[in-house]
Parts: sequence; structure tokens; C-alpha cells
Amino acid sequence: MSELKPMSEQAPASPERRRFVGTAAATAAGLAIAPGVVLVQVAHGRPEDQAVSSAVRWGMLIDATKCANGCNDCVTACSTENGWTPVAESKHPRQAPQWIRKLELQDPLTQMETSLPMLCQHCAEPPCVDVCPTGASFKRADGIVLVDRHTCIGCRYCMMACPYKARSLVHEHLNDTQKADVPRGIGCVESCTFCVQKVDRGDGNTACAEACTAAGHNALLFGDMNDPDSEISRRLRELPTKQVRADLNLNLGVRYHGI
Amino acid sequence: MKRLLVLGAVVLTTAALAWAGSETQPKAGGAPKPVIEKAVKGEQCVEDTDYMRRNHMKVLDGHRDKTVHEGIRTPKHSLKECINCHASETTGSVAASKDDFCISCHSYASVKIDCFDCHSTKPQGSAAMHPLNAETAHYKHKLAAQAASKISAEEMAGVAP
Repeated sequence: MSELKPMSEQAPASPERRRFVGTAAATAAGLAIAPGVVLVQVAHGRPEDQAVSSAVRWGMLIDATKCANGCNDCVTACSTENGWTPVAESKHPRQAPQWIRKLELQDPLTQMETSLPMLCQHCAEPPCVDVCPTGASFKRADGIVLVDRHTCIGCRYCMMACPYKARSLVHEHLNDTQKADVPRGIGCVESCTFCVQKVDRGDGNTACAEACTAAGHNALLFGDMNDPDSEISRRLRELPTKQVRADLNLNLGVRYHGI
Repeated sequence: MKRLLVLGAVVLTTAALAWAGSETQPKAGGAPKPVIEKAVKGEQCVEDTDYMRRNHMKVLDGHRDKTVHEGIRTPKHSLKECINCHASETTGSVAASKDDFCISCHSYASVKIDCFDCHSTKPQGSAAMHPLNAETAHYKHKLAAQAASKISAEEMAGVAP
């Protein structure tokens, strides 16, 4: 019965989620960008000559109860999509870039094991953006936190500031091995981009989430957290989720269930 | 004394110039002109050729900020589309050899560009032409490891059955 009442007392509805829902409802009603121009479909129907808007907030729900121990498909898919060398195949593993990594955790008291992927949490209040001395680290209007490599000087302040160790520096020349859609290079910091090239193409999904679904685990769900009708918003309403280091109050774009 | 010095300097300079002028120096032909390959794909650039020769950097600069910060990935004025049209037929790249489209002019004008420290110089989807391009490059360690592991320690020692 309680499933019929989405905001019942058993679902922990945080004030910020209420705010999301409010914004999203306003968005769904029709958002006027400029006089005479009304953005009707916000998530996937963005015309290619139109800038991204804050009407969308991309986010990910990671269900740690479904994430399989020992499975590395999300990491492999990410490296294939974005063209970074996996740590195991790198000549310098300690310096190898890691856009997403698998963590295997164990509760020392109960011995319960948890497996989850850790990646850039795409904070609404990103510390990496706060500390960047050149403005290279920035948050896009749709919530994706990126590095503008044209302005990055490789100082690595953002790597220090990130509570999730989500960023890495490219230490070596890549010798033209980059993907055409994913420029990356020596001396620049990089991290998960929520597959921004795919999002801009209108795929509406990331390589890691696609791989997880293809493997049958369905532990990763990507979507627009501002759209109340999206699958991710629906699941976030139903499931108890946590933000990692919620005490930092960063309002994360990645939410975990089962941790 | 000062006047004498100045006079001496003038005389010496004139003499030196006269001596240099008397030498028959071969007329230098200048640096070899850049080879400009015609774009493989497409008939007409997105802007006039003259305009692009002078202003392509401004065009690219404006578009790159829109792409990175606003997610606008229109093909016109994008570096990716430049590469798609201008990649050489022989090297499949705009910057792999000295006669490739970007490098040819930039080396003539002595302008160092760092676009290709980060950007791929090849059009996407040319995996067949370039076995070690971005599609497969990160597998090369794996391939090397597999190739290496084919010979076991026993085989190397000559004790394998």
C-alpha cells in the first residue's frame, strides 16, 4: 500500500530532494528560455546548437546490492569509450589515470562485503572547482563537472581537494592514441565526464551504465534527476540512498543504495 | 677625441659595407613553400579559403569554448570536422608527417601548435587503416602480454613435454 504513496513517512525525503522535485515540476510545466522560445523536452531533445541548461541535472544511482563482486565491466567500458589505458595494463600503475574504479569493502565487525564503483560524484558544490586557480575545473549547467584542458595547467590542486580521489593527471605523452570525441593529454587533470560526448549526442546514458545493464546486473542507473518522470527520479523516490561523505554537504550527482 | 672615434667608426662601417656588397652572393630562394593538400572529402570549406588561412585559429577558439562549456557540438567550425576533411590520404592524419595539412603550413610559418597533444589527428572510425589508433591503443599492452605469455618458463628451459 505504501508504494502508492511516494512521499510516505517510510521514504526518507530530504529537503534537497523536495527542492529537486519542485524544480523539476516547474520544468515539466514548460520552461521559457527567452521570449517566444519554450523548451518543451529538456532531457534528450536539446537541439545541437543550443547550450546545455540547468533544467537538466544528470545524475547516477548506484545500487551496491546489485553490484557484483569481481565484475569490472563498468571500468572496462569506460576505458574503451574514453580511450584511457586500464591500470592493470599501464606501465606505471601508480600514475595511471582512473576515471572509474571498483572498490571492494568489508565491514570488520560483520564481515559483510560490499562492492561498488567509485567515480567523480559530480557535486553541485564541487571542491575541485573552488580551488582551481585558472578556472579550468568547472561545472556545466547540466551538473556535469569537467576540466577545460585548454586552461588546465596541471597543478593538481583539484586532485588534492577532491574527497573521492576521483581525478588523475596524465603523466605521459599519449602519442595520438586519443579518441576523436575525447581529447585528453599530458599535463592535464581528468576525471569521469558522465560520457559527456554521449550525453551531447543524445544517448542519455553512459558507457559504464550500458555495460552494467548488458552484464545483467543493472546496478548503475543514469538519468536526469530534475525530471520527476525519469527512471532515476522514480527510483530515488522509492529507495533509501546515501551520498558518500554526506557530511561535506556537496549535494552529489551520484547516489548510492545499499552502503 | 670623441669626434675622431665617430669618424673612425663611420669609415670602418662604410668600408665593411662596400666589401660585403662586392661579394657576389647567390640569391636565396627562401624556405620551400608549404605543400597544401586538397581536402579529401568535401568541395568547399565552411568559410572562404582566404578567410580561413588568416582566421582559422579564431574560428576554432570560439567554437572550442562553446563546445567545452556549453555542450554545443555543431560540426561547422569544429576541429573534428577540419580533421575529417583534411586528413591526408596517405597518413590518414592532419599532423603525422611534415606534409600533412596542419603541419605543412605551421612548420613553414614556424608556429608551434599544441592542439594535437590532446586532440586526435585522425578522423574517427579509421581503425582499419590504423591498427594502433585510439580504438585499440590501450589493448596493445594486453596483446604484448599475451604474445609474451605464449612461451612458458618450462618451454624456455627446454623441459616442456
